[in-house]
Amino acid sequence: MEFLRPATWEEALAAKAEHPSAVPIAGGTDVMVEINFDQRRPTHLMDLNRIRELREWEVGDDTVRLGSSVPYSTVIDQLASELPGLALASHTVGSPQIRNRGSVGGNLGAASPAGDSHPALLAAGAEVEAESVRGTRFLPVEDFYTGVKRNALAEDELIKTVHIKRAEGPQQFSKVGTRNAMVIAVCAFGFALHPGSRTVRAGIGSAAPTPLRARAAEDFLGAALGDGGFWDSGRAIPPSLAREFAELCAGACNPIDDVRGSAAYRRRAVGVMARRTLGWTWESYRSTGNGRTTEGGAQCA
Amino acid sequence: MASATGPTGTSTRPNQGAGTRAGVGDSPLRPDGTLKVTGEFAYSSDMWHEDMLWGCTLRSPHAHAGIVSIDVSEALKQAGVHAVLTYDDLPAEMKNYGLEIQDTPVLAHGRVRHHGEPVALVAADHPETARRAAAKIRVEYEELPVVHDEASALGEGAPLLHPGRDDDHAPHVPHPNIVHRQPIVRGDVEAAAGRAEVIVTGEYEVGMQDQAFLGPESGLAVPAEDGGVDLYIATQWLHSDLRQIAPVLGLPEEKVRMTLSGVGGAFGGREDLSMQIHACLLALRTGKPVKIVYNRFESFFGHVHRHPATLWYEHGATRDGKLTHIRCRIVLDGGAYASASPAVVGNASSHAAGPYVVDDVEIEALALYTNNPPCGAMRGFGAVQACFAYEAQMDKLAAELDMDPVDFRQRNAMSRGSLMPTGQPVDSPAPVAELLRRVKAMPLPMEAQWESADGGADVRALPGGLSNTTHGEGVVRGVGYAVGIKNVCFSEGFDDYSTARVRLQVAGGEPVALVHTAMAEVGQGGITVQAQIARTELGVTQVTIHPADTQVGSAGSTSASRQTYMTGGAVKHVCELVREKVLQRGRELFGTHHPAWATAGLLLEGGKVVTDGGEVLASLADVLGEEAVEAEDEWRHRTTVPFDLETGQGFGHVQYSFAAHRAVVEVDTELGLVKVVELACAQDVGKAMNPQAVVGQIHGGTTQGLGLAVMEEIVVDPAAKVRNPSFTDYLIPTIADTPTIPVDVLELADEHAPYGLRGAGEAPTLSSTPAVMAAVRAATGRALPRVPVRPEHIVQV
Repeated sequence: MEFLRPATWEEALAAKAEHPSAVPIAGGTDVMVEINFDQRRPTHLMDLNRIRELREWEVGDDTVRLGSSVPYSTVIDQLASELPGLALASHTVGSPQIRNRGSVGGNLGAASPAGDSHPALLAAGAEVEAESVRGTRFLPVEDFYTGVKRNALAEDELIKTVHIKRAEGPQQFSKVGTRNAMVIAVCAFGFALHPGSRTVRAGIGSAAPTPLRARAAEDFLGAALGDGGFWDSGRAIPPSLAREFAELCAGACNPIDDVRGSAAYRRRAVGVMARRTLGWTWESYRSTGNGRTTEGGAQCA
Repeated sequence: MASATGPTGTSTRPNQGAGTRAGVGDSPLRPDGTLKVTGEFAYSSDMWHEDMLWGCTLRSPHAHAGIVSIDVSEALKQAGVHAVLTYDDLPAEMKNYGLEIQDTPVLAHGRVRHHGEPVALVAADHPETARRAAAKIRVEYEELPVVHDEASALGEGAPLLHPGRDDDHAPHVPHPNIVHRQPIVRGDVEAAAGRAEVIVTGEYEVGMQDQAFLGPESGLAVPAEDGGVDLYIATQWLHSDLRQIAPVLGLPEEKVRMTLSGVGGAFGGREDLSMQIHACLLALRTGKPVKIVYNRFESFFGHVHRHPATLWYEHGATRDGKLTHIRCRIVLDGGAYASASPAVVGNASSHAAGPYVVDDVEIEALALYTNNPPCGAMRGFGAVQACFAYEAQMDKLAAELDMDPVDFRQRNAMSRGSLMPTGQPVDSPAPVAELLRRVKAMPLPMEAQWESADGGADVRALPGGLSNTTHGEGVVRGVGYAVGIKNVCFSEGFDDYSTARVRLQVAGGEPVALVHTAMAEVGQGGITVQAQIARTELGVTQVTIHPADTQVGSAGSTSASRQTYMTGGAVKHVCELVREKVLQRGRELFGTHHPAWATAGLLLEGGKVVTDGGEVLASLADVLGEEAVEAEDEWRHRTTVPFDLETGQGFGHVQYSFAAHRAVVEVDTELGLVKVVELACAQDVGKAMNPQAVVGQIHGGTTQGLGLAVMEEIVVDPAAKVRNPSFTDYLIPTIADTPTIPVDVLELADEHAPYGLRGAGEAPTLSSTPAVMAAVRAATGRALPRVPVRPEHIVQV
């Protein structure tokens, strides 16, 4: 195995072009596990830790530019008000040590359906900036996941930045695991209200071959909230509406039975999380004056 | 060598050691504690030797297959490879090993019987080289039908796991795929069932729990010039290993010298051999030191697990809440090799009725041979599975009788003098009702303890924790109780003893005791207690614990909650011998100087010989001079007998221990997630030798029981393959899952035991699981007959 240590982004792109099978490594929380257990023996390993801009982040007017190596702990500590859903999701990743090393870019690179950041990215709205010596592409995150542990990157591309919409309304994230910490998702759910566009977005994790948006549920709820004048009145959402949204979210799943949980349970749990996170975000939206807040709403230590 | 037999319950010198600091009853710090917490402790996996090679094991990908051929030629060609061994390379007549039945092949011969069975070994100059070479060994398998449960094990034409058995159990088992079967019959169950006014039945299931010790199997074998081998190893019982290793190597036992190296937990999982013989074979073949370290994945295949069990129970009672009878059948899955299965069967059957008085019982327990992973010893050892089922039954009966579950248990609770189903009287304190009273009397944690002051929710205190699944929605509290009974020490007529060698000498003007035993310190705190005992019995401050090795006699296993009782008892006994020798020498040297030398009540206190009135007669330094005093002896607990093969009657156990739990849980009834809020425990330990260590044992055992209740299971599919051999998917409780554990320790002395102590390590593992499950049932109203319970079971999808 050859160990590449590019000093600059340009060197990294050149190296990736020269060695398309090179596996990029930053925190190593996924890649090193696979190497240690002999599940993966890449010909080249490319260490991205010398490239400072990958660890930088910047809050813009509408989006947060998150360098692909920015660790989860930074998202939690620095970006909780701009990216409340992603901060909640980051909190559920592994242990403090893992959160200090692991990154959203790594989660996207691995593209596991159980990756914790995916439902939050899907709900918030995000684009992946992929670059190669050939140029730069911006991929909407919902188009990024192409299969179990597969993504839309070309073999010479690297993830440079993740552009995530700044929250303009409450966001929530829930994850079911059979342990109260340090657990891989049985299934997960991200939800965001977008009062500006009067839309909602829902992301589902670990309940289909790829993370996915519950589009039918989003469309249904968006229309119901708009038609019913809920955004302006801020009145409570009737239980029947929440229930139907939850059922549509459950229906969007295409889960499997595995050691972590059954398909039927995953579907059920996604429905419960959808109903609850809708309740929490909507309560937050109503109670803080119709969307003039960026609070996440959950009390979360 | 003379041999002593208990009891030694009360010291012949009641005041000996009363003034000793860091003696019996104190809580001195563990010598290994700081090192372990700061990461400085050297575990067996940290060992290194100049020129050493790395060993690697090739394991079977199939649960049951014939081996058609093995071709090692490609592996041997790899640069850096020093040896590749298969069954054909085994040097001695003996090719198998086993704790009781030698049915386990050192390397597979013609057939593999479980997923992960060792097939070949490689030694190379780098672990990666060894792994690559192992991958180049070509093994041609022919898959065979898999035996994976009772039906496939005992059905017509079932493949026999071990045809031609000639072990001691073979003559009395009803089928050769049954390792051992133990019925226990007492009284007239038919008649008693006729008197029952309420009868409840139930079928229960316990999944396969893993010991999940953190230090993987590892050791270093160094070939010696005399043709022997020195083995540095993490194990639970050096001499049991030795007895199994030497014949396979074709060496006399004295040429296999074993030294205990740093053990990272055991819980029963190191009772069986793992890499011991493999490392020795490679070292002897290559003439170089060989180190083997399993990684976490391999570790799941490298040791036995807790027997999964199916348990059928029938309990009857009168309307006024007295048990009439119990019928039960316990089927344990022993997997491919016997390991400790026979003893686990004895334990499951003899503890099947729990700590209750019931005169009429019909019990049957058996262990199967299957192609599932081998199962053997784990903390609680057969009593865990039974306790989960009988406590569920007691709750069911209480509900049928409309009685409080604690009150109902107390009405039937054992006390001193009660008879076990085996007819054995419980002849020491059995405070079952009192333990229940104590856990029930503890204040309950606040309702809705997850509500924060501002009306929000602290998700850390809710089911799901930081995964943020509920802010109180769907959350229902439940409270449950359970109590259990566990034997201490080895049972059923086993010649159970421990050996200690103690030397007292002057170093730097101070008397220093050197204690040498072969006891495996696996984290239980045994070396701390040994030093406490030596201080108390010899009145000295400085005690050195010699590394455990085979240069001294066997200490027996660090299991069955027995080491404080047995090696503690041996150290106490030998210290008493040393004390007598010291006093004898004192009398010879100074007897004429003071009349008190002739009296019987002399003590060793503060490095001096004193009268029981406190008058100093001489310093130990003066008595000892340049010459050390040393003694060595074996020490035994009282004898037991095997259970009768048909009736199960017999004085089979040495001592019983009892613990009770009250669990308070919050259940998210829509998602099926559980937060255990509190697990209160009351336990009788006879004598808290080291109160802090006792509480630590109770915390640990309680948490391991919680793990079995809500998350810990090795998932084995119908093809008998392990599905989750990693800490990613085999979940053990984190600190976020571990509740507050208030502990109430009783000290009711058992007069048969040294200091009156009662083995403490296992009892809390028993009642924790059923208490949690009782609480989850109370919160959900579901029957939940299986552990670990999964969210799917709670929400029933």
